[in-house]
Amino acid sequence: MDKTWNNKAWFLVLPVLVLVAFTAVIPLMTVVNYSVQDTFGNNVFTWAGTEWFEELLSSSRFWEAMVRNLIFSFIILAIEVPLGIFIALNMPKKGWGVPVCLVLMSLPLLIPWNVVGTIWQVFGRNDIGLLGYYLNAIGIDYNYVQDPFDAWVTIIVMDVWHWTSLVVLLCYAGLVSIPDAFYQAAKIDGASRWAVFRYIQLPKMQRVLLIAVLLRFMDSFMIYTEPFVVTGGGPGNSTTFLSIDLVKTALGQFDLGPAAAMSLVYFLIILLLSWVFYTVMTNYDAER
Amino acid sequence: MARIDVNHVRHSYLPNPQKDADFALREVHHTFEDGGAYALLGPSGCGKTTLLNIISGLLHPSHGQLLFNGKDVTNLSTQERNIAQVFQFPVIYDTMTVYDNLAFPLRNRGVPEADVDRKVRETLEMIDLASWARKKARGLTADQKQKISLGRGLVRSDVNAILFDEPLTVIDPHMKWVLRSQLKQLHRRFGYTMVYVTHDQTEALTFADQVVVMYDGGIVQIGTPAELFERPRHTFVGYFIGSPGMNVMPVAIDGKTATLGSQRIELPGAPKASGAVELGIRPEYVRLGREGMAVSISKVEDLGRHKVVRAKLEGRDIAAVIGEDETVPAEPKVRFDPAGINIYADSWRVEMGA
Repeated sequence: MDKTWNNKAWFLVLPVLVLVAFTAVIPLMTVVNYSVQDTFGNNVFTWAGTEWFEELLSSSRFWEAMVRNLIFSFIILAIEVPLGIFIALNMPKKGWGVPVCLVLMSLPLLIPWNVVGTIWQVFGRNDIGLLGYYLNAIGIDYNYVQDPFDAWVTIIVMDVWHWTSLVVLLCYAGLVSIPDAFYQAAKIDGASRWAVFRYIQLPKMQRVLLIAVLLRFMDSFMIYTEPFVVTGGGPGNSTTFLSIDLVKTALGQFDLGPAAAMSLVYFLIILLLSWVFYTVMTNYDAER
Repeated sequence: MARIDVNHVRHSYLPNPQKDADFALREVHHTFEDGGAYALLGPSGCGKTTLLNIISGLLHPSHGQLLFNGKDVTNLSTQERNIAQVFQFPVIYDTMTVYDNLAFPLRNRGVPEADVDRKVRETLEMIDLASWARKKARGLTADQKQKISLGRGLVRSDVNAILFDEPLTVIDPHMKWVLRSQLKQLHRRFGYTMVYVTHDQTEALTFADQVVVMYDGGIVQIGTPAELFERPRHTFVGYFIGSPGMNVMPVAIDGKTATLGSQRIELPGAPKASGAVELGIRPEYVRLGREGMAVSISKVEDLGRHKVVRAKLEGRDIAAVIGEDETVPAEPKVRFDPAGINIYADSWRVEMGA
């Protein structure tokens, strides 16, 4: 049969292109548009050029939020990944315990983020919260509203509670795909528990771990709802992460121009970091 | 190397086995001689892998005792028993090199690095992978991976036995033959006690000096390939070994005569058989010609080296093997070569008697 060479097939991808244009490209372009203009309301805009970007990159407020955010993401990863692996290793592989564990693990993931925030906001309160009340009752001076350190601890514990399950479930999926013969062979080879982990389980989990680290990094770097509900970015600015700062600028102060510039920089940072992560980890994979 | 005594071993995967059907392994009592090459042959689910895992210590038997060179090892762990096992799917440590894979069992046992190096190099020579030592194990082909699995066993010079659990299942046909002859060679050179589980009769018959045929959780016959072929102790062995399997038909015995429907077959002796009596004869001993019992031919399969004739005798299916040059006569009749006749009572072979 003769083949017809033309570009008509491109029309088949038109619907998805239109959809992506409306959901992603057009809103993004609006932000680009705002970021180079100034407005005082009434839909009157004046050209501002790169002014907002220069202002943003030289503002200490932005860099402080950024550093806070990086520290937060680092702590989250440092706790959730090892903890998630540890829990996954200790989950039952067969029997009635499997569905029980899976359901328990999935529960935090099913709760809407603002509800998670509310739960911990109430849980940690000194007057009516179970955690806050009893911590103070046994003599620990805990008050996340006034003490920045307590606020950080609360948010980190909340995030660990909320998201470790994701790492657990991903790792568990990697672990159950290992055939029994590997463990039997390891026994015959006289491998220690650590050697089994290092040479059988960890290599098999590596791919899912890459996904887990990427997801948890991006999510924690963009975290907004939970700390907003619990601390509102306080006390002071101590838990004001980039996204909270952004919303404060855009909606609190209605500075559309600076907020748009900030969004773009934020977006580029996440894109860049994700790319770096991905490249480093896939290259590492290819080398081995 | 060791002699392995399996003493009245029974195993059930159920916590409270009551009746015979609860046992995956009904009762096995057998000695694997030091330096022997054994095959455990049987269909899927007959208990052969269970028996193998009991020998290696991956499973602990519900009942019975296991001796290595007379020493009770029933309660020893896999590692303490010091055996090697090769599994159906190649088990390799992906992230390690071929060299490190082979060194792994030695390093785990704290062997000094100089000895590790010497042993690993020897083993690499034995399994023909010396030039691959520094390569990552994950890039190898299935048969090379399976050789590494084997090598991890060979590298420990003091292993009591090497066990194989259908090791050639995932290997390409032409490599199967190569690996099998290398195994035979290793066995001849180093005299390992080898136990080889398979459901493939060709593999079992070519590998082993002694074939252990298992059926429904028990051993039905142990013998050389020739014994299994000539004198199957159980009708199952008759069906299972040989291609096509043995013809088995119900008969009535009276002295030196067996009656099959309206046909009378002269026997070389007068067997004492009671219960459900059957006559078994391999297709190789069924003679097709112009005299004997009338049959109707249903089809002739030409296999190149010989022909298999499928026919009906007294309404029963019967197979006969004839030479490639022979032809089927117009009014075909069959005779049974007396040398190939076996009589079975309740599926077990009875002696022909005088």
